Amino acid sequence: MKLALSLHEITRRDRSRIGGKGFALASMQRRGLRVPEALCISTQAYMEYVSSTGLRDQMHMELFRKPFDEMRWEELWDTALRIRDLFIKTPMHCRLKEQLWDLLAPRFSVRPVSVRSSAPGEDTLRTSFAGLHESFVNIRGMDSILEHIRLVWASLWSDRALLYRQELGLDVEKSAMAVVVQEMVLGERSGVAFGMSPVHEGQSVIEAVYGLNQGLVDGTLEPDRWILERNSGRILSHHAALREKILAPVPQGVRLESLPRKLRHRAPLRNREVKEVYGLVMKAETLFGSPQDVEWTYSKQILHALQARPITTSAPSSEDQRPWYLSLHRSFDNLKSLRTQIESELIPRMEKEAHEMSLMDFSALPDSALAQEIRRRRQTHKKWTAIYWHDCIPFAHGMRLFGKIFNDLMKPEDPFQFMTLLRSPDMVSVRRNQMLENLSELIRKDPGNKACILAGNQDACKPEVRQLLERILDQFGDLAWEKGRLGQDRGRLLSLVLQMASRTDHGNILKAQKPRELDEAFLSCFEEAQQPYALELLDLARASYRLRDDDNISMGKIEGQVLAAVAEANRRLQERPVFESGTAEPDDLLRAVQSESYFNKPNTQAQPSVKKSGFSLKSRQILGQPAGPGMAMGKARVVIDASDLFSFQNGEILVCDAVDPAMTFVVPLASGIVERRGGMLIHGAIIAREYGIPCVTGVPDAVNQIRTGDFITVDGHLGIVIIGEASL
Amino acid sequence: MDKDLSQVKRELRKLLRTQSLAVLATQNQGQPYASLVAFASSDDLKSLYFATTRSTRKYANLSGDSRVAMLLDNRSNKASDFRWAMAATATGTAAEVAPRERERALDRYLAKHPHLNDFVHSPTCALCKIRVRTFFVVTRFQSVVEVHVRP
Repeated sequence: MKLALSLHEITRRDRSRIGGKGFALASMQRRGLRVPEALCISTQAYMEYVSSTGLRDQMHMELFRKPFDEMRWEELWDTALRIRDLFIKTPMHCRLKEQLWDLLAPRFSVRPVSVRSSAPGEDTLRTSFAGLHESFVNIRGMDSILEHIRLVWASLWSDRALLYRQELGLDVEKSAMAVVVQEMVLGERSGVAFGMSPVHEGQSVIEAVYGLNQGLVDGTLEPDRWILERNSGRILSHHAALREKILAPVPQGVRLESLPRKLRHRAPLRNREVKEVYGLVMKAETLFGSPQDVEWTYSKQILHALQARPITTSAPSSEDQRPWYLSLHRSFDNLKSLRTQIESELIPRMEKEAHEMSLMDFSALPDSALAQEIRRRRQTHKKWTAIYWHDCIPFAHGMRLFGKIFNDLMKPEDPFQFMTLLRSPDMVSVRRNQMLENLSELIRKDPGNKACILAGNQDACKPEVRQLLERILDQFGDLAWEKGRLGQDRGRLLSLVLQMASRTDHGNILKAQKPRELDEAFLSCFEEAQQPYALELLDLARASYRLRDDDNISMGKIEGQVLAAVAEANRRLQERPVFESGTAEPDDLLRAVQSESYFNKPNTQAQPSVKKSGFSLKSRQILGQPAGPGMAMGKARVVIDASDLFSFQNGEILVCDAVDPAMTFVVPLASGIVERRGGMLIHGAIIAREYGIPCVTGVPDAVNQIRTGDFITVDGHLGIVIIGEASL
Repeated sequence: MDKDLSQVKRELRKLLRTQSLAVLATQNQGQPYASLVAFASSDDLKSLYFATTRSTRKYANLSGDSRVAMLLDNRSNKASDFRWAMAATATGTAAEVAPRERERALDRYLAKHPHLNDFVHSPTCALCKIRVRTFFVVTRFQSVVEVHVRP
């Protein structure tokens, strides 16, 4: 089997080894359609690469660390990043490199190319998944071409592909990726044409943008759109886009630039050209025997087909969450506008609404009005939860986008090194913790304060203690987590602060110092002209890191206001004489308190596994993801509700289902963190890194497998939690 | 928990059924000693059997300290073992099978290793039984659960 084939050499027999994209290009060329010159790197090259370098064995280790069913999408993303990193760091063996060099250099050593994925079998799927694998455009120079071939290979295991692993039949031993290295046609106008509209069988659709079509394909640019009658090609309608940007080639890759003014008012295609593109997509349909989706470009008024593949129309079932995950991949520009929205609109609005609610004087409300207020606050909370999912969660992709670019440029030993660049002591949760820390410091310095607190007489504490406490309560007192508010019970909060004060080692202190050198090393990878972009990228990623934590705090405040109203109602209900509760007429206030079950999560630990027939099962060592380096040993504190949280003792290991910034004020006391929810870029991992404490996330069923008081070891280097002592 | 007890027991039974050889660990004055032995097991997973001549080092070790460990695994000697192989370490105490149990244990053992018929019937050979206290079951390289057997 040859390592590479030119388009004219490809026959039907080669299809499984050069993938659908390569095969389609060869077929089009044979039938006289204008396609750019290309060389198809067969799956043989991939196979040789992963065998000779030992990568295949390493992939077994990375991919099957945990059963796929137990992995969240975030963990799949992390896994894909680790695998990508393996491909980036593992050079080709000399022999393979020389062979590919000899094949590619005569054609492409001085010409720009696009390096495209061509996965075998992908185009024969019942459903087609655009964009599961990666393609790169405007790549120049042999070294860069070979490097991008490795990136395309790596994308066989992209997070998106892993989501669809069953449909794709992904198998470490058998799956392989082919690559099309194609002469770059630097078109002035480009787009996609659908022979048959995915939503209307009798129509065709043509989309077009100025510049290269990568921006259209990945959703960065909104295209002009023409709807045509499928049978005749008659134009039915034209939707003009807001044309502002253009994806333009730069020396290495592409860049988003602003579209020259004179082009903004002119559609990228004239009607005559729309028809020509329609002709192309129909020719492709005749050739392949089914409606096609064709990428095309106009270069110097000449139409080129860049790739073609069959259109599939089966709609995903509504049960399928995966399209939502795919939608989390956001472009740089989309993330930038999302940031502005969260930072200058959503968080201030949440804070404002929470503050306004906090000013309400319940004593002035009769029961019926209080009942109404509870309902109103629940509505508010519901509204914000929806906004949080819609806008705040997707912004986490800012970190991911940065991580990928950072790794491509820096090739770091640790694929998550980029996180250290993003650390921020400006997070609201960290500021809150620092205030608590300062309070504990005041108490530590003056034992008189401690005595007052222990005696339950906080008012006798020194004025600076009282003032700081008031400030904390004012800013964070209503912050809620699992039915409890931070300031709900001053005594409880102060006993936690006493815990902090009692430490002899001064506990965990913030380790967040931005490593200047790393900053500079990253920025130096960009050319002068690209510096503003690099800085913007870094700034966006830092905002993504920080705001992902901050928005939760604001959400916690809204939730706190619901709880405050419910607490007031409960107080009134309890004060009523007992006989009233049995009246025939259901009480409106009681109904308002009970109406919603959204706080009623089961909050007890499951019973230990039942002994059956003389056997009992106990977990000894559980595999999660290494999310904060270091090792900790200590007693577990399983935190399920607020009372667990306030019972936290210095040096214990925090074990919980999902770390929430509203409860991370105990983190300075913790010697380690274990979390059921998995991922490297989630709250638990972020706060652990801020304090430099070991953290393992993605531990299946952590709160049931581990019990408060268990002696556990947290290995944050390897992502392992060991329960119990070493002795047998 | 990602697995329940019945699932782990099912996997253990399969491992014990499909493997013929296991590594037996004994000790003498703190010096560990490992030997490869042919083993069989009881249906209830509570007993493991192996045979040895009475002149062996492992037999001498057992006479001094009956505590043993036995490693059972299904590795295929490939890198993928790190994800797909299963290993179970059984700990417990070993002793020669009591005369009243001998016939049944022998049947069990020879059903699995018929070619060892002459060996086990030799007067110098001892058929031994491990009363298992705990199985430490390792999957995916680092995922470990303990199955405790009540005496």
